[in-house]
Amino acid sequence: MNVTTTLNRYKNIIYDGLWVNNPAFVQLLGLCPLLAVTSTVVNGLGLGLATTLTLVASNGMVSLMRHWVRPEIRIPVFVLIIAATVTIIELIMNAWFHELYNILGIFIPLIVTNCAIIARAEAFASKNTVPSSILDGLFMGLGFTAVLVTLGAMREAIGFGTLFQQAHLMFGESARELTITLFDDYRGYLLAILPPGAFIGLGLLLAGKNIIDKKRVAREVRIKANTAEAIS
Amino acid sequence: MIISAMVLATFAGTGTFFIAYTYENTLDRINENKRIALLNAFHVLIKPEQHDNDMFTDYISVTNKELLGSNKAVNIYRARKQGKPVAVIINSVAPDGYSGNIDLLVAIYNNGTLAGVRVIQHKETPGLGDAIDTSRSNWILGFNQQSLTNTSKQQWAVKKDGGKFDQLTGATISPRAIVKAVYNTLLFYKKNKNSLFLKIKKTDKS
Repeated sequence: MNVTTTLNRYKNIIYDGLWVNNPAFVQLLGLCPLLAVTSTVVNGLGLGLATTLTLVASNGMVSLMRHWVRPEIRIPVFVLIIAATVTIIELIMNAWFHELYNILGIFIPLIVTNCAIIARAEAFASKNTVPSSILDGLFMGLGFTAVLVTLGAMREAIGFGTLFQQAHLMFGESARELTITLFDDYRGYLLAILPPGAFIGLGLLLAGKNIIDKKRVAREVRIKANTAEAIS
Repeated sequence: MIISAMVLATFAGTGTFFIAYTYENTLDRINENKRIALLNAFHVLIKPEQHDNDMFTDYISVTNKELLGSNKAVNIYRARKQGKPVAVIINSVAPDGYSGNIDLLVAIYNNGTLAGVRVIQHKETPGLGDAIDTSRSNWILGFNQQSLTNTSKQQWAVKKDGGKFDQLTGATISPRAIVKAVYNTLLFYKKNKNSLFLKIKKTDKS
């Protein structure tokens, strides 16, 4: 394989994870944590990064071991790898990001059940090289994180009238000033913080993505038609 | 078949090893985090200079469903200065919140006056009942300096029920549950005052 095709391949993996095949937007996987923790940007970012770390580690290891694992035992092995990774990440978060860990609570261990992770292990990492798999894990994770953060920002802005509240739980005391108050004396809008707000928010985001994709396709068709006309 | 089993066993073994290793290396830090979190919660109620003992380890566990609100043992942390009792912080439970238990820290000075009350865990409705939390409103500070002597039995209720404590807009159940739990905790304190500072850890079934 020459350098350009490899680069193109990597580019496709990145584009796939962030947009075309985004785990939250397109595959609609891992919605339970997505909807549950996104009441603020910081919560979304915390869970997103923990999920990304899990994806990178599990994809890397699954890919590394793909020649030794027989097909009939691959699923239990994937589960073992993912469960061990998540448990280790959970312990590390409990030790170094204790307050954030308390807020995210049950959703850290529940990363195990995020089907996006086993889906990437099965569909990608078990068939591809280690660098590709790690890249895939990283950008699938970042794509997921981007959705969590966007949804978190929408809900926090509407629900609390702030952005980045409690940022110090993640970035230390100096980050306390990061909190942006969008509207002074905002009374809050309960619906956005409660679970229905998450569903409505995700629905709007999905609709937005579909509109963008449709416009893009329409434009490509138009360009093709124009070139065809020009030629004839 | 046997090879598959061995491969699987190897993975299980390696996974367990890594988890055990991480566990061993994070254990102290996690325990220290828990200690600091609890001490910070205590020091909001009893100032650090008011006691000189390690409150985290100086506690007794008591089970009293009727007054402390839980079937399980409730921890009572003791604050002492130069060996003399200063206050207790009782981790009691308000069992009748709007959605389940509300876990409280009730700090009582040696003379039976409340140093303060804080909610440490609750599932009350966001935007309404969650005003019991200091991050949302100052409602809970209304308990400061209250006691069984300066507030009569009838007054230990929300205003709607003829008492002296405010209810919250749109939420009466959560404040009612907490007022009742704090009152019961004070009753427990009054009854058991003399045994609460005994040196030995004991489990009181009374």
